[in-house]
Order: sequence, then structure tokens, then C-alpha cells
Amino acid sequence: MDCQLDIFFVEALVNGLLLAGLLALLALGLNLIFGVIDVVWICYAEVVMVGMYGIHYAHKGGAPFLVAALFGIALTALAGVLLHYLVIRPVLETPPINQLLVTGGVLFFLQAAATMAFGIEFRNVGIRLGSLTVADMSFSWSRILAFLVALGGMLGLWLFLKRTYLGTAIRAIAQDRQIMPLMGVDSRRLYLVTSAIGGGLAGLAATLMVLQYDIYPQIGLQFGPLIFMICVLGGLGNMIGGFIAAFIISQFIAVGSSCFHTEWGYAVAFLFFMVAIFIRPQGLFGGKS
Amino acid sequence: MLELHSIDAGYGGFQALFGVSMRVDAGEAVAVIGANGAGKTTLLRVVSGLLAPTAGRMTMQGADLIALAPHRIVETGIAHVPEGRRLFPRLSVEDNLRMGAYIPAARKKFAERLDYVYALFPRLKERRGQLAGTLSGGEQQMCAIARTLMSGPKLVLLDEPSMGLAPVIVLQVFDLVRRIRAEGYTVLIVEQNVSQVLKVVDRAYLLEVGRIKVSGPAAELAASDDIRKAYMGI
Repeated sequence: MDCQLDIFFVEALVNGLLLAGLLALLALGLNLIFGVIDVVWICYAEVVMVGMYGIHYAHKGGAPFLVAALFGIALTALAGVLLHYLVIRPVLETPPINQLLVTGGVLFFLQAAATMAFGIEFRNVGIRLGSLTVADMSFSWSRILAFLVALGGMLGLWLFLKRTYLGTAIRAIAQDRQIMPLMGVDSRRLYLVTSAIGGGLAGLAATLMVLQYDIYPQIGLQFGPLIFMICVLGGLGNMIGGFIAAFIISQFIAVGSSCFHTEWGYAVAFLFFMVAIFIRPQGLFGGKS
Repeated sequence: MLELHSIDAGYGGFQALFGVSMRVDAGEAVAVIGANGAGKTTLLRVVSGLLAPTAGRMTMQGADLIALAPHRIVETGIAHVPEGRRLFPRLSVEDNLRMGAYIPAARKKFAERLDYVYALFPRLKERRGQLAGTLSGGEQQMCAIARTLMSGPKLVLLDEPSMGLAPVIVLQVFDLVRRIRAEGYTVLIVEQNVSQVLKVVDRAYLLEVGRIKVSGPAAELAASDDIRKAYMGI
């Protein structure tokens, strides 16, 4: 173990912070869906994967990156709507285990479909943004961009939830779904809108991820468990809790990787998670907010 | 204004209402009284669309309510203050009021209606930014009534507004009912507190095990020996 307050340590801290933005964005989509619809999209990271392939092929087909990104976001928003309409709505009134199983089934379906359609090769969009060097420390621009855009996306969602009728209704339905008809709200339509937003957030995350990571059919496995861990740590359905938990977990990963070996970062984070959940089973920040 | 003809309703295999017919005319205040489990709450849930009746007809100003999707009924001018108030506890008072004005017609007049309910209930204006779950019971009832007024209703349904409140607050809640009557709203109220509610309404229906047993002017029911014995503890 060589854990000293040197520039490598500071670099790790900052990189942890930058990673947290992306993880917080990923957790936000999952928490939004759970908070409102009471269903966990086990296949959330696979929706991100669909978005990544969509952006990759749109970009390869000649679209400028920003256009490809918008295409990816629209694609995942549509995937969210289809997922709700075709898979979740039929089992919405059944026990929660059914909802977990069907979205788990979609996970394997999407992985298998991606493998058959795109093969197992690692692909990337071929965009290199370079690094920012500050006092001998190096931070990749793609991470900095991901951090800033993720924060911007979260701020946008927050404003939408606070300032619009639709957003207020989304917060309200999470608190009392039965009386929504009395307000003149069509819950079924609101669920579809929420699914589109949750899917769109996955697409935004995909946009940021294709700049940093290679794309392959199993990339969801790299991020899915991490996203669930963050959501559960923050209190499933609690968007602010998930935001804070993302920063905690990513610091454990970054500093753990810096102090021990890279592979140990995740182990340290999971160890912390297990201890925290043992002490507070409902998550650090309780139930829904 | 509101007319029900031979309404049957229930939950699963359990029937709660049997051939209920009643009407509420514009400008009236009407009470439905009865014991716990008589079907009073079910009746209001049927009117506001939360529960679909299994038989019967129901109209609001001539418009067929049964053909409407539940979330469209509020657009006909029916607003329901549900049992237990059912505010959104982690939304601010003002966001609760915003939800009351969700339908397009009400959204256009949001600022105007907000001024109106704040003038009617100045206490809510003081607490506009506070989470609704932190209000006192009486204030919550005030907020729940204000929320329904935000939709610009013609008929206000009140389900057990005095339930769970301290006796002195109960009197204040019946005062609220008088005030919304004075504002010109038609009121249909369901209550177990029979002696109090008969003082604020024009007519009443007595519901027993899902059937209407007696109906008539409030003063007449209040004077009836049977009702005094069974429901007013006199």
C-alpha cells in the first residue's frame, strides 16, 4: 500500500469526482423510473448499450457527433417507451418479482441481440479529445466533458420536475398514485412520459460514455451492478440520495485504485457498500424523496 | 346538476352499493350520512370516477359520466376531497395547489385561481413553501379543499372532512364547508358526524348497508327520532 498525499492521490480524487458525474446521471434515470413507476429496470445499462451502438453507427454512417448523440438519445427514449408499453405495463399490477424477472429477461435479450447484430468486437467512435494537464496531473477532456454534461442534464431534469406541470405530476404520482385521476392526470400517459425521460437519460449517458469507453455487447455488465449499488446505497427511488451515493462510491473506486491496485478499487467500494447496507438496510438516505 | 340512477358498485366479489339513486341540484348542499361501512365513501368514489359502477346511470349537467375515463371527470366540474385528505406530503403547499390546477382549462387561470384560494385561506399563503405533510390536520384539510377549488369546479365532493381531527378543529372544518357554500359551490358531503353536518346542508340521504333508507330536508332528518337515536347518540 502506498497511500500518500501526493499528486497521484489528488489526481485520483479529481478523477473520482469526474467519474461520479457520469455515475450520478446513470443512477438518476434508474431512480426516476423506480420512484415513479415502482419498477426496477434491471436492463438499464443495456438500454445505455443500445444508445452507444446507435451513436456509433449513426456517427459511422456520416452523421456529425452531435447529431448522432441526439439520435442516440431519441433511440433510448423510444426504447424506454417500448420497454414500458410492451414489457412492464402487462405486469404492472403483479408482484414485484415478476417485474424484476421480465426486465432481467430484456437484459439477456438485448445482450444476445447485440451480439448477433454487431458481433463481439470492441468498437469505438474514434474521437480523441486529449487531456488537460495541470501541475503534472492529467485529466482527460472526455471525462471533464462527461462530468459537466451530466451535471447539466441533472440540473435540467431538476428544473423540469420543479417548474412544469408535467414534472410536478411526476413527483406527485410517486407519492400517491391512486388519487391522480382526481387531479385530471392520466397515469398511463405519465408512465410513458417518465419511461421516455428515463430512457433519454440513458441515451445522454451513452453519449458521454462512447467518448471514454469501447462499445461491446456486455458493457452493461461493467456498469449495471455499479449503478444498482449506487441506487440502493442512496435509497432506491431517492434521486438526491443516488446523486450523493455516486460521489461516495466513485471516490472509493478512485482512491482505492490509487492506494492499492486498480482492480481493488471496485472491491473496496463493494466492501464499503456491504458494510453501509448492513448498518442502514434502507440506504444512507432512507426511502423516496 | 348531478344525477345517479340505480347505481350498483363494489370491490371484487363484494357489493357495497345497491341501486342507489340520488340527485344534487345546483347551489345545494347535500349530505350522505350513515354508519361506518354503509358505502358512503364508495358512493363518492363512484361519482369522481375512482371506482367504476357495475350498473346504473350517472350524469353531470346532462353529460354521461360512466362513458368518461376517470381522469376526464374532473373536467366536467366535479372535484373530490378524498377521505384522509390525501395531500402529496412531500410537495409544497403551492405544488399541491398546482396539481389541483392540472387540467388545461384550470392551468390557463392558475395565477388567478391561486390568488382566489389564498384570499379565501390566507393561512395557506403563509405556508405556501412548506411541505404539505408538515401542516396541522386542520390546515391539511384547508389545503385539500383549496386544491380541489383550483380546478374551478361546480360541485365539490367532501369525504369525511372531520375525520381524525380534534373536536375544536372539527368545528373549524364545518366552518370551511359553510364558506365554500357561501362562495357558490354546490356541495356533496359524506360524514359520520351527523349532528354537525345536518346543520350545514339543505338535504340529506341516509345510507344503510349500501341502500338509501331515508332522504329529506336536513331539519326533518335532524328531528327524526330514529336518526337521533341511531346516529346522534341522543
